[in-house]
Amino acid sequence: MNEVKWAPSAQIETLKQRAAVLASIRSFFAERDVYEVETPSLSQASVTDVHLATFSTQFVGPSYAQGLPLYLQTSPEFAMKRLLAAGSGAIYQISKAFRNEESGRHHNPEFTMLEWYRPGFDEHLLMDEIDALMQCILSCDKAQRISYQAAFQQYLSIDPLTIELESLKAVCAEYGYQDIADQETTIDPLLQLLFCMEIEPQIGQDIPCFVYHFPASQAALAKLNEQDKRVAGRFELYYKGMELANGFNELTDAEEQSKRFDEDNLQRQQMNLPTVDKDMRFLAALGQGLPNCAGVALGIDRLVMLATDKREIKEVIAFDIERA
Amino acid sequence: MANYSTNEFKGGLKIMIDGEPCTILENEMVKPGKGQAFNRVKIRKLISGKVLEKTFKSGDSVEGADVMETDLAYLYTDGEFWHFMNNDTFEQIAADEKALGDNVKWLVENDVCTITLWNGNPIAVTPPNFVELEITDTDPGLKGDTAGTGGKPATLTTGAVVRVPLFVQIGEVIKVDTRTGEYVSRVK
Repeated sequence: MNEVKWAPSAQIETLKQRAAVLASIRSFFAERDVYEVETPSLSQASVTDVHLATFSTQFVGPSYAQGLPLYLQTSPEFAMKRLLAAGSGAIYQISKAFRNEESGRHHNPEFTMLEWYRPGFDEHLLMDEIDALMQCILSCDKAQRISYQAAFQQYLSIDPLTIELESLKAVCAEYGYQDIADQETTIDPLLQLLFCMEIEPQIGQDIPCFVYHFPASQAALAKLNEQDKRVAGRFELYYKGMELANGFNELTDAEEQSKRFDEDNLQRQQMNLPTVDKDMRFLAALGQGLPNCAGVALGIDRLVMLATDKREIKEVIAFDIERA
Repeated sequence: MANYSTNEFKGGLKIMIDGEPCTILENEMVKPGKGQAFNRVKIRKLISGKVLEKTFKSGDSVEGADVMETDLAYLYTDGEFWHFMNNDTFEQIAADEKALGDNVKWLVENDVCTITLWNGNPIAVTPPNFVELEITDTDPGLKGDTAGTGGKPATLTTGAVVRVPLFVQIGEVIKVDTRTGEYVSRVK
């Protein structure tokens, strides 16, 4: 008989350290008058992002004899922005997020996310605050900042904002990605490939590194930069080979947001993926008025990996997907 | 042969890369929070033995390689081929010099080796982890020492040269680790 694997994937000592990290995060925000909220894990709407796969289920019960389709949230972003539109002020949340098709050394399909929003902040002010949190939790040095464009220029000698598809394909082939380059018809997946494989391993090794001003085509839910519309108010944080956080100077324009969702769905059709209904409650909240704010999502499991010097995500969560 | 999607990738899976059968050693998903996912795999080419890294776009599929491994006993060589036999069915297979490569020096009659077949043809021969071979030549003048010093080279019946402790002499049979090519012990 095979032995049933009942024991946790993390050591008990690590789970105690994890609890200490969570306690420090909560006191960090308490000192700054940012209060904790909770929003649903199950949502009636999903996300259009072409690179996110959701889990779905349905509620059957009073009022919903035929079943109400529900999606496990890939992040609490839309619900938290609805709170902001309702006048919540600065808020944070520590919650589970769920992403299908993601599992590996740095991924578990169910993971813990810290997400927070700061009305009145732009992305740079928010990066300052994230930096302070990092120093508080990891006792690391102040983070370095580099723009997306400068990172490509420094490490690959190309300008990601002006490069043509054919030249980019040639660069990819040079680095051994000919097969992938051959099948691409757009710039972004190739920029993401080079960024992940060739730049990320070189940045943020000794001190955390923020990469800001992502290209407008990868803006996601960020505002475009007013001085240079080729880039967006989106940034990412990297440290010791891991992507730790993604943040935005939040897009507040409902019409523009709706247009981006439509573009996602168009791209989904081209990729033979099912289209996803737009979250109308979220769009209505933006229509009502989201205050100017910056927000960020930070992977707590990865933060704990750094705090406890662990190599795999399953070493910092009680039960990984194999043992769930 | 079936195609495998990146979701089926795991250690040991045999796939075709650049027209050569390969085995996956490690598979890692690389996925930015926002953006395309990739699989970075470490593979060993089964014919050349070369280990390399290759990146796939997640969701892509790759042709599988018809590779199987079978345990066969070494019989003899006719100079051109090395003949192996299945001890249960008595079926014989002949492997050429290319399939044997450096491992030819560890072949001992009747030892059971692992033969890797691609489309039914032998492409690699893996000897047992330990083999026992007789020393045909080594410097006899060095005596009175025990293991721990640098040792001396010794030639074995197959032509393999292994470093042995100074006290080991011509005519003795020694046990060797074929994975490292290192002396393990004398065989009484």
